[in-house]
Amino acid sequence: MQDTLEKNELLIEGETGPWEMIIGMEVHAQVTSNAKLFSGASTAFGGDPNSHVSLVDAAMPGMLPVINEECVAQAIRTGLGLKAEINLYSIFDRKNYFYPDLPQGYQISQYKQPIVGEGEVIVDLLDGSRVVVGIERLHLEQDAGKSLHDQHPKKSFVDLNRSGVALMEIVSKPDLRSSEQAKAYVSKLRTILRYLGTCDGNMEEGSLRADVNVSVRRPGDPLGTRCEIKNVNSIRFIGQAIEYEARRQIEILEEGGEIHQETRLFDAKTGETRSMRSKEEAHDYRYFPDPDLLPLELTQGWVDSLAADLCELPDEKRERFIAEFGLSPYDASVLVAEKERADYFEAVAEGRDGKLAVNWVNNELFGRLNKESLGIAESPVSADQLGKLIDLIKDGTISGKIAKDVFDIVWSEGGEPADIVEARGLRQVTDTGAIEAAVDEVIAANPDKVEQAKAKPQMIGWFVGQVMKASGGKANPQAVNALLKSKLGVE
Amino acid sequence: MSVDRATVHRIAKLARIAITEEEAAKLEGELSGILDWVAQLDEVDTADVPPMTRVEDVTIRMREDKVTDGDIADDIVANAPEADDHYFVVPKIVE
Amino acid sequence: MTELTDLTIAEARAALDKKEFSAKELAEAHLGAIEAANGALNAYVLATPDQALAMAARSDERLANGEAGALEGIPLGIKDLFCTQGVPTTACSHILEGFTPTYESTVTQNLWNAGAVMLGKLNNDEFAMGSSNETSYFGPAANPWRREGSDAKLVPGGSSGGSAAAVAARLCMGATATDTGGSIRQPAAITGTVGIKPTYGRCSRWGIVAFASSLDQAGPIARDVRDAGLLLNAMASFDPKDTTSVDRAVPDYTAELDAGVKGLTIGVPKEYRIEGLRPEIAALWDKGVEWLKAAGANIVEVSLPHTKYALPSYYIIAPAEASSNLARYDGVRYGLRVEGEDVTSMYENTREAGFGAEVKRRILIGTYVLSAGYYDAYYLKAQKVRTLIKRDFDTAFESCDAILAPATPSPAFAMGEKTGDPLEMYLNDIFTVTVNMAGLPGISVPAGLSSEGTPLGLQVIGRPFDEATMLRAGRAIEIAAGPLARPEDWWSKAA
Ligand SMILES: [Mg+2]
Ligand SMILES: [Zn+2]
Repeated sequence: MQDTLEKNELLIEGETGPWEMIIGMEVHAQVTSNAKLFSGASTAFGGDPNSHVSLVDAAMPGMLPVINEECVAQAIRTGLGLKAEINLYSIFDRKNYFYPDLPQGYQISQYKQPIVGEGEVIVDLLDGSRVVVGIERLHLEQDAGKSLHDQHPKKSFVDLNRSGVALMEIVSKPDLRSSEQAKAYVSKLRTILRYLGTCDGNMEEGSLRADVNVSVRRPGDPLGTRCEIKNVNSIRFIGQAIEYEARRQIEILEEGGEIHQETRLFDAKTGETRSMRSKEEAHDYRYFPDPDLLPLELTQGWVDSLAADLCELPDEKRERFIAEFGLSPYDASVLVAEKERADYFEAVAEGRDGKLAVNWVNNELFGRLNKESLGIAESPVSADQLGKLIDLIKDGTISGKIAKDVFDIVWSEGGEPADIVEARGLRQVTDTGAIEAAVDEVIAANPDKVEQAKAKPQMIGWFVGQVMKASGGKANPQAVNALLKSKLGVE
Repeated sequence: MSVDRATVHRIAKLARIAITEEEAAKLEGELSGILDWVAQLDEVDTADVPPMTRVEDVTIRMREDKVTDGDIADDIVANAPEADDHYFVVPKIVE
Repeated sequence: MTELTDLTIAEARAALDKKEFSAKELAEAHLGAIEAANGALNAYVLATPDQALAMAARSDERLANGEAGALEGIPLGIKDLFCTQGVPTTACSHILEGFTPTYESTVTQNLWNAGAVMLGKLNNDEFAMGSSNETSYFGPAANPWRREGSDAKLVPGGSSGGSAAAVAARLCMGATATDTGGSIRQPAAITGTVGIKPTYGRCSRWGIVAFASSLDQAGPIARDVRDAGLLLNAMASFDPKDTTSVDRAVPDYTAELDAGVKGLTIGVPKEYRIEGLRPEIAALWDKGVEWLKAAGANIVEVSLPHTKYALPSYYIIAPAEASSNLARYDGVRYGLRVEGEDVTSMYENTREAGFGAEVKRRILIGTYVLSAGYYDAYYLKAQKVRTLIKRDFDTAFESCDAILAPATPSPAFAMGEKTGDPLEMYLNDIFTVTVNMAGLPGISVPAGLSSEGTPLGLQVIGRPFDEATMLRAGRAIEIAAGPLARPEDWWSKAA
């Protein structure tokens, strides 16, 4: 969507001047389903070799594909989540090529008429800028099996457990201009898929992997020749692969060389990309409509009913959090990046002070979770407990500082915040008489400081600290502050 | 619309069928003959004709998302020319 | 016991019920005939006597218990394109040598569920590609018929040549077959048997080795129209495992067989009177028209203007689909493997050694017409022409109930006579291929003998899923033609 860059910091400085990166992505997202796209075998990850394989997946003679309705529904949901047009008529084609992990000798895919057409993904970057990435299409296709090359010096071993699992190939327009943008795009796409429940987004298990198309050009020039880096399977690697590849291309061009369109492989060990030997041969996939499958015809009614059941998406949730809870755009973005976090926050914030809630969730809770490498689902402090803790602050039962101690206790020992406060006598002292006695005591003990405070009102902070200390932190800080001010005669 | 020798070799490569030079020579003639003969379709005006996408007038049927198959690894590799521990075994693939 | 092999299915079924003989005896009679004849006819590529006797024994039990199915105890031959559990299935190709399916095709399972008994696997052209059974890896099957005064072996047609030869020579009571461009009707016509190619979607394709998915359809070959109807009753079904199988009830195809053609309108397509049509074929066709007219049918001329384009468009679509369907024969999961220095050369060596010349030719044609830059000119064009062919029939069926046409352009030819030129061989399907292109049902019925003393057939083409009306017309031709002479037994060892 951004034709040329306005922001110079995204340009790469070469030996001979600035270059611009043009990046497009083909993301393969495994559809969340019980059974495969065209067979009744399980999609479960792992399993003994060839155990999640039916006769159809092994392409036995005479076997025929029958489509899984849920996989189609998942593709439609995803299309809706990408604000894309849903094609009520689409066609399954055969993409013909030979490979040992492709048992049929063709992949059933969608070529000219995919199930989902153009859409968009809004990507917010850390610096507050925003890129709208165009989606070209989404189509359904079969995954291939897996070849293991390290079991034997002269042989490869083929396992078809993945063969026939449904994938959504989500093709972006070449709208990305930096590795940061590319990484943020994949993160956002992953967030959307996980919200929708259409792909678990697990990159380690290969549920989400990206083919990255990279080319470079002088700002304002027409598009350069691109190279496709296949199957990059982590967001960090996507960034590394793009940086390496862009530099490689710039170096070649600056030395007067030429880029050859090719498929490349990212080597995570070296951080480099290299040409793929097996894909060197010219491709001619001989696509044609699969005669075993009729055209995929959908009713608008079905699409509408799937749309009606769609959950709130991250962009909408972010806007609502800002409006409803008065959050900053940054805090809202952090929360909605993961649906479970947003849900947790919402459970805490419901009927409470949103800003107080977001501070506790984003800072205390997420900080602690990150430190201990825990996911939100593993949080020792439930949303209900955190909410009740906030209630205790809000009604003056405890101070924010004491609340942190209570939070620690709930985290490590569990229990209801109110019970902990009672049992350990942490209730804030609001009794003015008791606070006044403590204030008088501190003033009496420090006449020199009292003199200083008259000239330097900031000194009051020191007095507050002393009083709080004397009260074991339980004195109400506002009350202490007010009393000190009047007794010391400072404003 | 005749095919030349290089084309015969190219499509044989695409189809993964090894052919000798003699076979290629024979196929060049045979394939050209067949392609010349099918070229009579050019006579037919198909400007506004949609391609046939289904033989009978029915719409696609879909399956429920249930695991109904699998756990037959013995059957899957029963006919394999080479198998090991339920894997199919092939000459080493270089990526 | 030779008389047992002469019975029709309907007769044998009635006799089994009356305990005139047992299913075991019926199976044994056929196994004996196969044993005596197969050396000369090569109709079976694999006889399964143990299977046959075991199945017959179970049939006898069910007959005794009053649980007999519609085809209880009826011995059948199975084209080697149907996957049969525990019984090698090769499509008569070297590349599937040693392949033993762990599963049973839907059509054959339907037959076993009806009580039928399997005698063995029948010869066919390799992957059903051929019109003479001469492309089989196991050598050609021979036609039981020979030209008058000649010992030269004739082809039984193809691709279901083994099925037709076995039925004609009484080596089974009926057989399964498949028809992609004429592979049931053409061999039936030139062996004096009845062959039905049902509407596309009527019989499940699940478990049948695929040739061209949008054209392939299974059907029966039998010795008369009633038997063919009985077999189709059992073979046809809706199968959720085949998305192109149609969810419609299967009517009893024999129920109205003798209702006659009175009141039916039969179309005669003028474009089938092709240039160079053999006079005896034209005369037979005319005779067929007269028979039906005499039986009370109303005859109208219909026009199928795109007829001449059916064969060339078929020879784009079928090879294209085949080139993809046969990609799975790669030496990895089953069948032949010829090693090579790497995976690619292993593929190339396997497929070079495993496929015969005609199969390779079609794979290469199919690969070519789908390849970059040619798709629109060939495949897309052919699929558009196919739409026009289908429309021709839709229009024709507005004015008639069924269509009468020749089945083949010639009677049986000698082995080796047409193997030199692929195009000449392809022309055998000129009258049958339109039906596959349009997905319609067609039946070939014996209608007389050629000047050479060999059988000729007439073809009736029906509306989609109206096999019943088509069979009525076929039966009327059968009655009018009268019983066909039968080939003299030159093939049995005892003879
Ligand atoms: Mg791709
Ligand atoms: Zn893909």
